[in-house]
Amino acid sequence: MQLAGTRFTSDSALFGNDLATFPNFPAEIRAPAGTVAGVSSFQVQIADFDILTPGDEADVLVAMNPAALKAHLKGVKPGGMIIANADAFEPRNLKKAGFESNPLEDGSLDGYRVFAVPMERLTKAAVADTGVSSRDALRSKNLFALGLLGWIFTRPIDPTIDWLKKKFASRPEVAAANIASLKGGYNYGENTAAFKHTFHVRKAALEPGEYTNVTGNTALSWGLIAAAKAAGLRLFYGSYPITPASDILQELAKRRNFDVMTFQAEDEIAGIGSAIGAAFSGHLAATGTSGPGLALKSESVSLAVSIELPLVIIDVQRAGPSTGLPTKVEQTDLLFAMYGRHGEAPLPILAAKSPSDAFDTAIEAARLALKYMTPVILLSDNYIANGSEPWLLPDLDSLPDISVPFAVEPNADGRFLPYLRDEKTLARPWAIPGTPGLEHRVGGLEKQEVIGNVSYDPANHQLMTDIRAWKIRGIANDIPSLEVEGDEDADLLVLGWGSTYGPIMGAVRRVRKDGLKAATAHLRYLNPFPANLGDILLKYRTILVPEVNSGQLRHLLRAEYLVPAVGLNQVTGFPFKVSTVEKKIREILA
Amino acid sequence: MTETLTYTRKDFQSDQEVKWCPGCGDFTILASIQSFFAEAGLPKENFVVISGIGCSSRFPYYMNTYGMHTIHGRAPAIASGIAITRPELSVWVTTGDGDALSIGGNHFIHLMRRNVNVKLVLFNNQIYGLTKGQYSPTSEVGKITKSSPMGSIDRPFNPVSLALGAEASFVARTIDMDRKHTMEILRAAYEHRGTALIEIYQNCNVFNNHAFLELTGKQIRDENRINLEHGKPVVFGPEGEHAVILENGAAKVVPTASVDPSQIVVHDAHAVNPSVAFALSRLSHGPHGPTPLGIFRSVERPVYEDVLQQQIDTAQEKKGVGDLDELLRSAGTWTVE
Ligand SMILES: Cc1ncc(C[n+]2csc(CCOP(=O)(O)OP(=O)(O)O)c2C)c(N)n1
Ligand code: SF4
Repeated sequence: MQLAGTRFTSDSALFGNDLATFPNFPAEIRAPAGTVAGVSSFQVQIADFDILTPGDEADVLVAMNPAALKAHLKGVKPGGMIIANADAFEPRNLKKAGFESNPLEDGSLDGYRVFAVPMERLTKAAVADTGVSSRDALRSKNLFALGLLGWIFTRPIDPTIDWLKKKFASRPEVAAANIASLKGGYNYGENTAAFKHTFHVRKAALEPGEYTNVTGNTALSWGLIAAAKAAGLRLFYGSYPITPASDILQELAKRRNFDVMTFQAEDEIAGIGSAIGAAFSGHLAATGTSGPGLALKSESVSLAVSIELPLVIIDVQRAGPSTGLPTKVEQTDLLFAMYGRHGEAPLPILAAKSPSDAFDTAIEAARLALKYMTPVILLSDNYIANGSEPWLLPDLDSLPDISVPFAVEPNADGRFLPYLRDEKTLARPWAIPGTPGLEHRVGGLEKQEVIGNVSYDPANHQLMTDIRAWKIRGIANDIPSLEVEGDEDADLLVLGWGSTYGPIMGAVRRVRKDGLKAATAHLRYLNPFPANLGDILLKYRTILVPEVNSGQLRHLLRAEYLVPAVGLNQVTGFPFKVSTVEKKIREILA
Repeated sequence: MTETLTYTRKDFQSDQEVKWCPGCGDFTILASIQSFFAEAGLPKENFVVISGIGCSSRFPYYMNTYGMHTIHGRAPAIASGIAITRPELSVWVTTGDGDALSIGGNHFIHLMRRNVNVKLVLFNNQIYGLTKGQYSPTSEVGKITKSSPMGSIDRPFNPVSLALGAEASFVARTIDMDRKHTMEILRAAYEHRGTALIEIYQNCNVFNNHAFLELTGKQIRDENRINLEHGKPVVFGPEGEHAVILENGAAKVVPTASVDPSQIVVHDAHAVNPSVAFALSRLSHGPHGPTPLGIFRSVERPVYEDVLQQQIDTAQEKKGVGDLDELLRSAGTWTVE
């Protein structure tokens, strides 16, 4: 289903629709087929306006078996269309999925427009002449479904035909079978009068320019490559595989020709350790993981804070605690990113808001890390990582110059003082091994201010703790002010961070269309907060903070600004639906 | 390098006061390493010393080189990041038996198997020094310490066996008191390109004094010290009266006179198969009775960072130097007018 979904997305993109996708897999590689737990799905939203979220109620559900229907029916709009692979709705499958009777026949789907299509029989018939085995023939039933959707949504199927020819160039009979199946589905739609009307989704009115379709993990990886280029440094990425962050390691490992060094470590601790080593030796160093891995890294993150080296630490959040729901989404690591270290070890925290935004966020994280000589945590999540959206390609010539000079000579009367700080940024100098005359030692023990020697002096520890905090707080002056969108005279501000961007924006736009007044803002910087955040918060009677956690940003806002922010919170493993946020806003404004 | 480097030990001494207990074996090791670095012939700024946590891990502060005192057990990972990215540097890890083999055991074996060009100097005092005297993963069974008042129950690791098991390309053992031997081993490790384990028996005179008496005591050291030399038969004792033979794959000490000279193991440090070296390492558990010192194994094996760089070169030859513009467009694009 992932393949059919990806192809449908590409065909729609080429057609010029805006789109957003949301693949959803079971955590088990081989979850029992036919059971609800084993359902793999791919959600696509296409539209002629800018889409902010893929994860909403569906107009059409294609269910290849009863379990898929069971798993996803609640996500279909009332009156929506259900296209079912009728051949799979036989007693054994029905029982596995927990149906007492066949929902295609027992009237339980009366609120929907149901089309029971014998896809397996039709697929077999469509590919009969291509000479493939009947097992291979059945494999191509997803393409039958894709062809049928192509017809229903007036999507051209030619790009997929070309793609199949290329993909199976060495196995022409498989290509032929898949194409036959695809065309079979398309023709079935055209020939049967069953589908009374098709959907015409026009081209979207997107900002002019060149677009590609990108997932968050890919954009993040490319952002790191771009950042290294902008910094004039080699990129080193040390990591240990974990869902949903592994793609970053894999994507970067493919990019050796970009002078990218990837290191698959023996565990997360070695992943960040190697990156700390690479940072010490003068590289743009990064490490990536998901929640459980960040927990393992935390002692090393504290070290990086203490020795003040630049490092980008990516956390692609997933549902916890512990192994939690590894393939599902949550925003539950915010407080961990903020406080999950021993001692007081502040660092900047940034969050990407969408798949394409991960590119810019990666560059920004690198900029802050290098300029302030500090580890930076970049939060993404499973929804951003695997979701995709059209991306207006950036102008690479306008990438910011984020290079920082290495120290090459003594900075104090012929001596090198590793903790002599830049007055403005409070960053310490970066002198890398191999530089004559600047030999120095850093370490996790407290250091004497400026000089860097080990110091147990109480006043010095107070001062160093303060300086580390000031340094991070000062970054507030170096980041953009928070921008508010919406009605000037609104009483309500909906404030979000990370991947809730789409559902929040969608909901605010919907209520404003109906004449309700609301404003919204989205935080990329979670530590330090933008300098104007406090002023903004004071302007609104109600501040609503929707989060896919139990209220972590809300907690920070209340603590920092003493504002009575209210939450909309959900931890189901799924992103918000626009309608969920919309309902809450309407309640507040009622 | 055109100019000749004329360093002395002093050039590698930092301005920091060395704060080990008086009489600690760490002092001798520090002197040996400083002296060796001065002789090595590498510009001073190209040395990097990384450590974990423990008494021995204070080492970088006392070395006037680049250095990092990190966290418990993780130095091998951090050193790997440096060595992989900067092959021109000489990267050294100083670590203790607790640091390297307890909390850092995982990193230790993976460093050995990967063959990154890092020299790991393991100060083995068979005790936890910094935390004041608990048994360590190399302490013998039955050891009475503060955390094992009735005797420790754990079986100890033999670091040399462990490294050989992980197929380390260079494995050697020496002892703090013998500065000449230590310097020889350091030189061999330095000249070896790849990971090197140098186990140094180090006397913690506060918490585990005389642990290595069998190798240092005047009367008994000649009886127990087996000097491994490549290409030489493994015989020892004041008059060479003991010899090592292999029996069913295991090393065994026998009177030299009792066997045909052809039966005596001839040490081959360059043998590709590590099993004879492993058999030799099993002769003693650290040390009780006859104990081999010297280079157990020194073989050439592809070095991690060399192969990584080859992959980068190959990728750039094949695909051209990466063009970011092209990459962003690689999945296909469309234009909105
Ligand atoms: C995460 C962590 N756990 C425990 C410790 C406490 N600790 C410091 S050194 C040490 C053991 C040191 O023993 P060893 O490596 O043999 O070194 P030695 O002091 O004997 O040289 C321990 C347990 C620590 N610093 N960090
Ligand atoms: S406790 Fe032992 S190892 Fe540590 S400094 Fe003292 S003598 Fe040396």
